[in-house]
Amino acid sequence: MKPDMSVEIAGLKLRNPVMTASGTFGYGEEFSQYVNLETIGAFVTKGLSLKPRAGNPTPRIVETPGGMLNAIGLQNVGIEAFIQKKVPFLRTVNTPAIANFFGYTPEEYAELATRLDSIPEVAALEVNISCPNVKQGGIVFGTDPACAASVVKACRAATTKPLIVKLSPNVTDIVEMAQACEGEGADALSVINTLTGMAIDLERRRPVLANVTGGLSGPAIKPIALRMVWQVSKVVKVPVIGIGGIMSASDALEFMLAGATAVQVGTASFVNPGAAQEIAEGMEQWLLDHGVGDVTSLIGALQA
Amino acid sequence: MQFKAMILDNAEVSPGYWRMRMTAPPEILAAQPGQFAMVRVNPSIDPLIRRPFGVFDVGMHQPAYTGAAAQPYLEILYRVVGKGTAMLAALHETDLLDIIAPLGTGFDLGPAGEEKLIVGGGVGLAPLYLLAKELVQQSPVRLFAGGRTKDDVLCITEFERLGVECYTATEDGSLGECGFVTKVLEQRLDCTGNTGRIFACGPHGMLQAVAGIAAKRGVPCQVSLEGYMACGVGACLGCVCEGAGHSADTPDYRCVCSEGPVFEATELKWEVA
Repeated sequence: MKPDMSVEIAGLKLRNPVMTASGTFGYGEEFSQYVNLETIGAFVTKGLSLKPRAGNPTPRIVETPGGMLNAIGLQNVGIEAFIQKKVPFLRTVNTPAIANFFGYTPEEYAELATRLDSIPEVAALEVNISCPNVKQGGIVFGTDPACAASVVKACRAATTKPLIVKLSPNVTDIVEMAQACEGEGADALSVINTLTGMAIDLERRRPVLANVTGGLSGPAIKPIALRMVWQVSKVVKVPVIGIGGIMSASDALEFMLAGATAVQVGTASFVNPGAAQEIAEGMEQWLLDHGVGDVTSLIGALQA
Repeated sequence: MQFKAMILDNAEVSPGYWRMRMTAPPEILAAQPGQFAMVRVNPSIDPLIRRPFGVFDVGMHQPAYTGAAAQPYLEILYRVVGKGTAMLAALHETDLLDIIAPLGTGFDLGPAGEEKLIVGGGVGLAPLYLLAKELVQQSPVRLFAGGRTKDDVLCITEFERLGVECYTATEDGSLGECGFVTKVLEQRLDCTGNTGRIFACGPHGMLQAVAGIAAKRGVPCQVSLEGYMACGVGACLGCVCEGAGHSADTPDYRCVCSEGPVFEATELKWEVA
């Protein structure tokens, strides 16, 4: 018998726990040739801002052992162009689209949340308080619990849709951040965003990235992400979405054991554009092979 | 299109430069000159990211055995510059690769009959062979190939076999004209009174010089760019280049992988020489 792969995040029903991570899947359409979008649980858009953002100078990315650093700088089309040019595609796909967004002040976050709340094609909101590559906003809100709480509070008041907060790992105590966000009404937590890192060109004696530092993603960060998902999910009541170096179905299942209700696949989609679909199919096969009838029975089932 | 390719041949054609032929689905035959392939060097996580390579050639591979059916192939020309390309160079016939191709926007061939001027620097010749192959069907074609030494001027015989008139230049004078290939290009434009259409691929400095020459002489010019990219399909936004109108206040970034890699030279921002 086919296992039940469906999970629920704050009332949002997903056909399976596999989503694509913000910034790695464009606005959905870019990958439609390689992935049947209706085989994955949900997809998350590139981070949106009120005004279009050009992003950082190049080089913006560099490969590192088992991973990559990026400093794109949140280049995005802005909320207006998103509504005009990207939302019509979302309408054609029977898979929830989650809009990731960021602002520079709590008021801006609230304004974006209000606008996204009014778009029927947007199933849920993911607040980015954790981008390491922009000077103001982003990470500033993601490293101080009081700042994070103020952003979540402002967004919560602006939307009735499921509100997901994406946390930064670049903090001393991620549990404290998680609790601050949960306390202000976050419906779910995405754990984790990229880790700040850098790469150096020895011969030129210069940083490789124009932005000097960037966010590390890929399999290199999986052990850290697993640990943080485990720490956070033990103390919060809201669902946790596990993110960080997931390349295979077994990686995704490990995150569920650690406490994640769903997962996001990021860098893997760059390496293999069909990764999210293959991971969802692989998870189902694993459940079938192991006689597990319901994927939710794995959530937090780590024997520790 | 994503496919598993089997290597048919992988040989060093000049010190440090390799040419690889691999099997491909029949759809590869529709690849446009200037498009590229994203190659996963191996299935492990190191190296993690795919490498982009211009499509050097596509066609039908005829196995040596009598009666064996011809099959479509894809060829790339690459230079060993780091870990990923060194691993590629160590592969052999029958090894498998994971490929996404053809990707990106290729060259606009322009009207038939008009003289076509192809300019390549070093491994920048990679996407220009398929271009020459198509251009010779409709126009007289000249190739201007440059490099540091004669070892950096690649596959000239193949271009000559197509009927392309080849001019070479090397910085050390070991082959052809001594100096930059742009000098030879300018000599030709002097002869023809600045007619024709330029197609260029090579190091950034060469492209900038070619774009400058084209602008000054009013000759249409397309350039094919390189970029650090993770996805190749316009999602990671790692590979962007600056459009002509770019400034800090009016940013204009173009995706090399999806809007390019081929651009009209006038669409891009070039530093003032």
